[in-house]
Amino acid sequence: MIDERPLLSVRGLTKYYGEHLGCRDVGFDLWPGEVLGIVGESGSGKTTVLGCLSGRVPVNGGYANFQTRAGGVVDVLTLTEAKRRRLARTDWGFVHQNPQDGLRMAVTAGGNVGEPLMALGARHYGRVRDEALDWLGRMEIDRERIDDVPATFSGGMQQRLQIARSLVTRPRLVFMDEPTGGLDVSVQARLLDLLRALVRDLGLSAIIVTHDLAVTRLLTQRLLVMRRGEVVESGLTDQVLDDPQHPYSQLLVSSVLQP
Amino acid sequence: MSEYNFAYLDEHTKRMIRRAILKAVAIPGYQVPFGSREMPLPYGWGTGGIQVTASVIGPDDVLKVIDQGADDTTNAVSIRRFFVSTTNVRTTTRTDEATLIQTRHRIPETPLAEGQIVVFQVPIPEPLRWLEPRESETRTMHALEEYGVMHVRLYEDIAQHGHVATSYDYPVVVNGRYLMRPSPIPKFDNPKLDGNPALLLFGAGREKRIYAVPPYTPVRSLDFEDHPFTIERWSERCALCGADDSFLDEIIVDDKGGRLYVCSDTDYCARRQRR
Repeated sequence: MIDERPLLSVRGLTKYYGEHLGCRDVGFDLWPGEVLGIVGESGSGKTTVLGCLSGRVPVNGGYANFQTRAGGVVDVLTLTEAKRRRLARTDWGFVHQNPQDGLRMAVTAGGNVGEPLMALGARHYGRVRDEALDWLGRMEIDRERIDDVPATFSGGMQQRLQIARSLVTRPRLVFMDEPTGGLDVSVQARLLDLLRALVRDLGLSAIIVTHDLAVTRLLTQRLLVMRRGEVVESGLTDQVLDDPQHPYSQLLVSSVLQP
Repeated sequence: MSEYNFAYLDEHTKRMIRRAILKAVAIPGYQVPFGSREMPLPYGWGTGGIQVTASVIGPDDVLKVIDQGADDTTNAVSIRRFFVSTTNVRTTTRTDEATLIQTRHRIPETPLAEGQIVVFQVPIPEPLRWLEPRESETRTMHALEEYGVMHVRLYEDIAQHGHVATSYDYPVVVNGRYLMRPSPIPKFDNPKLDGNPALLLFGAGREKRIYAVPPYTPVRSLDFEDHPFTIERWSERCALCGADDSFLDEIIVDDKGGRLYVCSDTDYCARRQRR
């Protein structure tokens, strides 16, 4: 049963870095259980959009109404820092391109996965640990490694650990910034399989920023194509990839190498 | 030493520090920045503590200075001598006689009373520093009461050692609000912080912070439901006075593995021996 209201409704999102355009008049609706991809070349503003929506970058205009778990609707662009940080803990997950940005490298895997739970008030060691073990299992990380620090993990394992950490609180919305960037192709494929299963099983809503069209084909239902800070095309992923209308989308799709 | 002002610091500096202390008392556990001065002893030896003591001490005060519970160790002796030469106040080793106690790393075993002030020397005041190096971020975390991450540290202890191995400077929540480092006192002393009738002042000279626990303020040590807070226990008693309720130091007495356990609080131990 799909909710009739979008989970996140964005209109007129605009950000200038001084004179320089970050993004202009970006708008879309994200429905519950939907995964939205944002693609575009480097500097096209896709990471700016993600930063604005997650409150890390102050905006110049627009609104982004989010349906909170508590039931209300808030404009995440104008929330106070206190409310935004609370919302980020209770309702959002964030997966960074570089796992070192999303993990505490000197804290064990179990501590990393348990931290968001403890931040929400979990005060029972045994239950926090059980949950962490469960998530390591889901992310295909050997449970024996729960007391090892992420610095001893491979890049792919670190990224899977980061995803476990960002999903352990069952967020309503997950922001992912190039989740498969920096990984070699076979590790990427495994991560994508995992993510696809998680998205399906948990009914995740997510916004994935990537320059990799294969990632969007596998994971996302809808796609925004950005260029020079503006959305040039949007639609169902398969539709945009199979029948791109805008010249830039056509260029993007045709530049993918076919081995 | 007439060339120095009473208690070494000039009156303007004392007013500035007293203002910080008043704010600290008004917001229990909150770290108040202050303009820490150069003092005639190195950082790490109690520069924060002696500035606080110098600001609150008066001619009628009776001063006690301890270092690790002892009245006769280097740091205690030199700070006591400093205040004798700059204020000429009466000093004592008796906890119950003192109106002002400067301490490094212990709270006396003898229960404190109303009207007494205890000044703690603090090396690092920020309890969140171990996981967050940015001061701007730790301040925000305090402001928004984002203290969940502190349990990660306890989690790590239990995961690695099977129990909370942190044994000193054990984090506490003051008055149900601010997370505070109680300075490197053993966690044995943490229960004494809770509802103490004395005024507890904390001074960090290098980090330029003052914080306080006013009399009768609730102070709770962090723990997990299934790993509750506990204090150190010894199977031995003090070899000198026979106490089984005080914090014991282990002393190696020969090269054949011989050892003694004695009270770290020398005043408490000496008075029990005399009795």
